[in-house]
Amino acid sequence: MTAATQNVRVTAQQEGKSLSRVIPEIVKYLIVITLAVSYAFPLYWMISSALKTDPQVYRIPPVLVPNPAQWVNFINAWNSDNFTLYTFNSIFRYAIPYMLFTIASSSVVAYGFSRLRWPGRDKLFYLCIGTMLIPYTVTMVPLFIIFSQLKWIGTYWPMIFPALFGNAFYIFMLRQFFMTLPEELAEAARIDGASELGIFFRIILPLARPALAVVALFSFMGTWNDYLGPLIYINKYTMYPLALGIQKLRNMMSQVGNAPLAYPYLMAVSTIAAAPIILIFFFAQRTFIEGIALTGLKG
Amino acid sequence: MAVAAATKRRLSRGETRSLITGLLFVSPWLLGFLIWTLYPLVSSVYYSFTRYDLVRPAIWIGLGNYQEMFFDDARFWTVVYNTIYYVGLSVPLGVMTAFLMASLLNTKLVLRSTFRAIFYIPSIVPAVCSAMVWLFIFNNQYGVINNVLRAAGRPIIPFLSSIEWAKPSLILISLWAQGTAVVIFLAALQDVPRSLYEAATVDGANALHRFWHITIPMCSPIILYNLVMSFIGAFQTFLMPYLLTNGGPMASTEFYAMNLYRQAFEFGRMGKACALAWVMALVVAVLTALLFRSSGSWVFYGGGDR
Repeated sequence: MTAATQNVRVTAQQEGKSLSRVIPEIVKYLIVITLAVSYAFPLYWMISSALKTDPQVYRIPPVLVPNPAQWVNFINAWNSDNFTLYTFNSIFRYAIPYMLFTIASSSVVAYGFSRLRWPGRDKLFYLCIGTMLIPYTVTMVPLFIIFSQLKWIGTYWPMIFPALFGNAFYIFMLRQFFMTLPEELAEAARIDGASELGIFFRIILPLARPALAVVALFSFMGTWNDYLGPLIYINKYTMYPLALGIQKLRNMMSQVGNAPLAYPYLMAVSTIAAAPIILIFFFAQRTFIEGIALTGLKG
Repeated sequence: MAVAAATKRRLSRGETRSLITGLLFVSPWLLGFLIWTLYPLVSSVYYSFTRYDLVRPAIWIGLGNYQEMFFDDARFWTVVYNTIYYVGLSVPLGVMTAFLMASLLNTKLVLRSTFRAIFYIPSIVPAVCSAMVWLFIFNNQYGVINNVLRAAGRPIIPFLSSIEWAKPSLILISLWAQGTAVVIFLAALQDVPRSLYEAATVDGANALHRFWHITIPMCSPIILYNLVMSFIGAFQTFLMPYLLTNGGPMASTEFYAMNLYRQAFEFGRMGKACALAWVMALVVAVLTALLFRSSGSWVFYGGGDR
């Protein structure tokens, strides 16, 4: 606040206009709270319904806080299908390989696009970020044809192998970060006769750990949440990731025709699947917000 | 092509060396671009002129797929109408509400980061979880909204099972999960220099004037960015309609991407799906280009740290 605004405020108060300041504030809070309640309700309803008995789910007025909470729903829902296997698939067949491949490839490429000077670099870089605008529906079918010719349908290779070639979004994010590192560090090493590969591994990568963590975080979330990839490529229950497992539980429940506890179980499994994402968000809130804002603003 | 252009200018020895090092570093992406982007794009043009089911070899049928699409397939025009309806409402509504929410978050607010988290989290939870919750909330028999309506003696709302309600319901869900746009807008709002507002206040501008003449012009590049991104995204919306309505009732929520998915993976018509994809890509490209061209008259590139 500068002196100018303070002056304005003081004169306003002197004229006794404090009410005209309070009313907009009240309206603002009313809007924000209404929005917040309606935005929070679905996920709140998911968690609270996961803890209910069947009659409680349908009771009127709606039960907001089930008492006693049916924690056993989580165990029973989890054991109603092979969710441990689905979670294993999500993490070890998909998320972790994808994450490692992406970090390895995207960081090397981002180095080439940021710390090295070479003719044509910027043109290629614009091409690289330009690919982000290509609708995925355009490449979805021809890629499926390629992978079916490679006999990779039914495996996770179609989803993780291309990660070895870098991902435009993460290349862009890492490049933005590499650009902020001071040139002197690399320059000194270069004078000492270090190769570019040596500079990349010994100087840049250790400094880039926070940025690599962001890439790890985002890529984990992307694969954990992914539904379309496994929907297209995975065709055996034993290979299902958690996301497809949830949909399978829903189909099982509706086949039995309103199975007992269908909704509490469905909500319990959904809560478990959403929990890691929500926890990651709370632990890394700053990283998240800054990462999103960075890619949006400088894009 | 960039490389070819560069070599024409005759590079010095040092430049050639740096060119080789640079290309080596970006070679994973370059290779990936050729294999996973360029080749699929080109091959999909070819497949769009064929009949191909992955089992038998592709048969060249010329413009057959395109002809069928435009003239012999009534479903196609329903799908186009559904998609225009969805994109036309969800994109402007989404960008406006996201901007409004970001503007509210940008004021002095108690518990600001809590509100921000509440607005943001729906956009990062797994889509299948959101789908299950909305399926439950919108259910005719067991959903909380209809339970309350029934208890109050009012008619229920068939959110997902009536032609009138299914599309608006899906648009509502899309407005719920747009935290990313809110966060991007918030960052843009925080970059607007304070001094502008102070100067305007001294000149007697009220809050509405400041919003209209400072906030919106200063944020217009980001408004354009979010508009383009949500536009491209809305055109391809697939997962929520797939999980919640599976295109129904009576194909009223069968959007373009879902029709494409069906042609390819349910009917095994890869060629038709590629033709559909190219028509969509062209429409999206033209409309995005128009959006960018129109931006000259309303986007203001002058301020901030640019």
